[in-house]
Amino acid sequence: MATIDYPLQEPQALTPEFSFSETLYKWVATVDHKRLGLMYVVSALFFFVVAGIMASVIRLQLAAPLNHIVDPDTYNRLFTMHGTTMIFLVGMPMVAGFSNYLVPLMIGTRDMAFPRLNAFGFWIFLLGGFLLYFSYIGGGGLSGAGSAPDMGWFAYAPLTEKAFSRGAAADYWALGVLVSGLGSIASAINVVATTLCMRCPGMTLSRMPMFVWVMLVDSWLIIVALPPLSAAQIMLELDRHLGANFFDTQSGGSAVLWQHMFWIFGHPEVYILIFPAFAILSEVIPIFSRKPLFGRPAMVGAVVAIGFISLGVWAHHMFCVGMTSWSNTFFAASSMLVGVPTGIKIFNWTATMYGGKLKMETPLLFCIGFLLQFLVAGLTGIMLAVAPFDWQLHDSYFVVAHFHFTLVGGLVFGLFAGIYYWFPKVTGKLLDEKLGKWHFWLFCVGFNLTFIPLHWVGMLGMPRRTFTYFPGRGWETWNLIASIGVLFQTAGILVFVWNLLKSSLRGVQAPDDPWDAWTLEWATSSPPAEYNFEKLPVVRSSRPLWDLKHPNDPDWKFE
Amino acid sequence: MAAQDQAIPENALEMEREWKLPDRGTVGIIFLIITESVLFTMFAGAYVIYIGKSLTGPYPKDVLEMPILASICLFSSSATIVFAENALKRHNLALFKLWWAATILLGGYFLFATGVEWHKLIYEDHLTISTNLFGTTFYSLVGLHASHVIVGLVFLLVVFITTMMGFPIATQERRVKFLSWYWHFVDGIWVVVFSVVYILGLKIW
Repeated sequence: MATIDYPLQEPQALTPEFSFSETLYKWVATVDHKRLGLMYVVSALFFFVVAGIMASVIRLQLAAPLNHIVDPDTYNRLFTMHGTTMIFLVGMPMVAGFSNYLVPLMIGTRDMAFPRLNAFGFWIFLLGGFLLYFSYIGGGGLSGAGSAPDMGWFAYAPLTEKAFSRGAAADYWALGVLVSGLGSIASAINVVATTLCMRCPGMTLSRMPMFVWVMLVDSWLIIVALPPLSAAQIMLELDRHLGANFFDTQSGGSAVLWQHMFWIFGHPEVYILIFPAFAILSEVIPIFSRKPLFGRPAMVGAVVAIGFISLGVWAHHMFCVGMTSWSNTFFAASSMLVGVPTGIKIFNWTATMYGGKLKMETPLLFCIGFLLQFLVAGLTGIMLAVAPFDWQLHDSYFVVAHFHFTLVGGLVFGLFAGIYYWFPKVTGKLLDEKLGKWHFWLFCVGFNLTFIPLHWVGMLGMPRRTFTYFPGRGWETWNLIASIGVLFQTAGILVFVWNLLKSSLRGVQAPDDPWDAWTLEWATSSPPAEYNFEKLPVVRSSRPLWDLKHPNDPDWKFE
Repeated sequence: MAAQDQAIPENALEMEREWKLPDRGTVGIIFLIITESVLFTMFAGAYVIYIGKSLTGPYPKDVLEMPILASICLFSSSATIVFAENALKRHNLALFKLWWAATILLGGYFLFATGVEWHKLIYEDHLTISTNLFGTTFYSLVGLHASHVIVGLVFLLVVFITTMMGFPIATQERRVKFLSWYWHFVDGIWVVVFSVVYILGLKIW
């Protein structure tokens, strides 16, 4: 046989090298749900660090009585921007980021229902964030902190009206949040359409992963709860710039109208924010307990129930406004009612762990932290739902402690669990387990050190948003301890950032399925290919990968 | 891959063939309409709450007139757009263009009538958005609706102009349907706005 000389070909690299501008273009112009999801999470982490630094300055100012680290005006801007950032530029993009990245992978499809709408949602969110932060530069410049908003994250009227809020501060707040809210709505409609229309063959709603269920209800809440805020912000801008009288009490307008509209948004919003943590726990706890989720139908029922009940509890933020006692009673009762499905969820997660082979790795540690701390948050929540109790502690540090237990002790712990769990899938690298444990313990100790004492200073009468306080009221020690807790939290976050950087640059290569998991995203390579699945999967149970790995004992036999 | 082959159920092909889920565009437009409805609810709610709370005139009874003709036009445009859709389904392009143009004209007249009404209110009755609570809520609620009419008209015009230029609109039947749904939504919202502003606020209160 004659030998034929083929021209020698260079072996083609599997991952071709791109120049910086090409890479930048690929990211900016992308409509891929994974890249957009990642960009959401990374920008959320960026804003998390920024708002965290603000919180640290706040705690530094409050560490001792009559402190003057910052002046009162700056202090007002700090807590306003801290709250606004954490809610709208950290919580909301985390919702969008996690659901964008994971929902298509979990339901076995190649992209979201509307990929370009998805890209629009991300960029308009980022524009909103930058618009909000541009307030530091606009009008007055950096030294005077510009026209950064200073009226608190819920921006009560009439404080935001032209007469009391001169300059552009309230406008930056209203427009920045309005614009980023548009992005959230776009992303939520996308998630709903994706889950309802793009599931792979065999994935009925009853087999859909719990994560996707929770994000579906979450998106529903975003769709119905964000427009009230947008409406209120449009009205505010009409008031400020066209001289309308919505919230102008001198012309017969009502400041309480703002409160109603804000909290019609605001209370569902806290469920919107905590749902990603619910979603993550419902995936992580079963995997690390080696047991299927306990009471799956009850979990779905509970999350759907929260999706409706939480729309009718808003005025428990307004017990001190002077509503009728019928309203107070109604909203106290509905607020306690919403605790029931939440309690069901806590019980079911605990029952999932009960009797399981617990693998005490970082994701599970964060989940356990969540369970305990969120329980405390839920209990103080029930206390605050009792109207007469609320009259005593309204706008005190007790409330601050309560919602930081939900949003830090709950949401942030849940998000960390999720990041540790899915990092190998997203980057193809394993996170360092030892650093992860350091991160958990430092952050957990720091968090509790900071926020447990705040319950007590709240009970002792320390008002929220106070710039400083006099000695001799029994607040000094607890405030100092709370501020010391910040050191631990900061150390924890530094370890976390170091872990992210180190592991993504020089980490151990992750296998496709490092946790021996059961949902479809672990059937792809790590990181997943641009098209996710070479061939769309067909599933027959709620644990498709279990079926793959145990062909002799598949789940679908029992469905 | 070996593991994957084993676990593919025997009836996988059949399952794949029979697997039917709702159209994503349908779901998308439905939820867009839901979120928009909530936005309108807030403005309509504000209108209702502030009925009779204006400290100074002019009051609705002094200046408002029922826009009967404009409302009939807008409601009829919901019918003409359905006729246009049906014509498109039967591939009768000429009839489609006719009904589509009728829809645009009816919607356009509604917008024109709103403009005339506002002109009268502003220049003759001296009612602006800053005059009193009635002005504030009236202009924002009716204006929000009118802005949706404008968006609808822009899309209707895009379809009309491209069709006149020879674009094969029959290939876009699905999108025409979604635009039609949006237009029905704008009409449906007018039922609410009309009831709140011209019946509840004008006749009943």
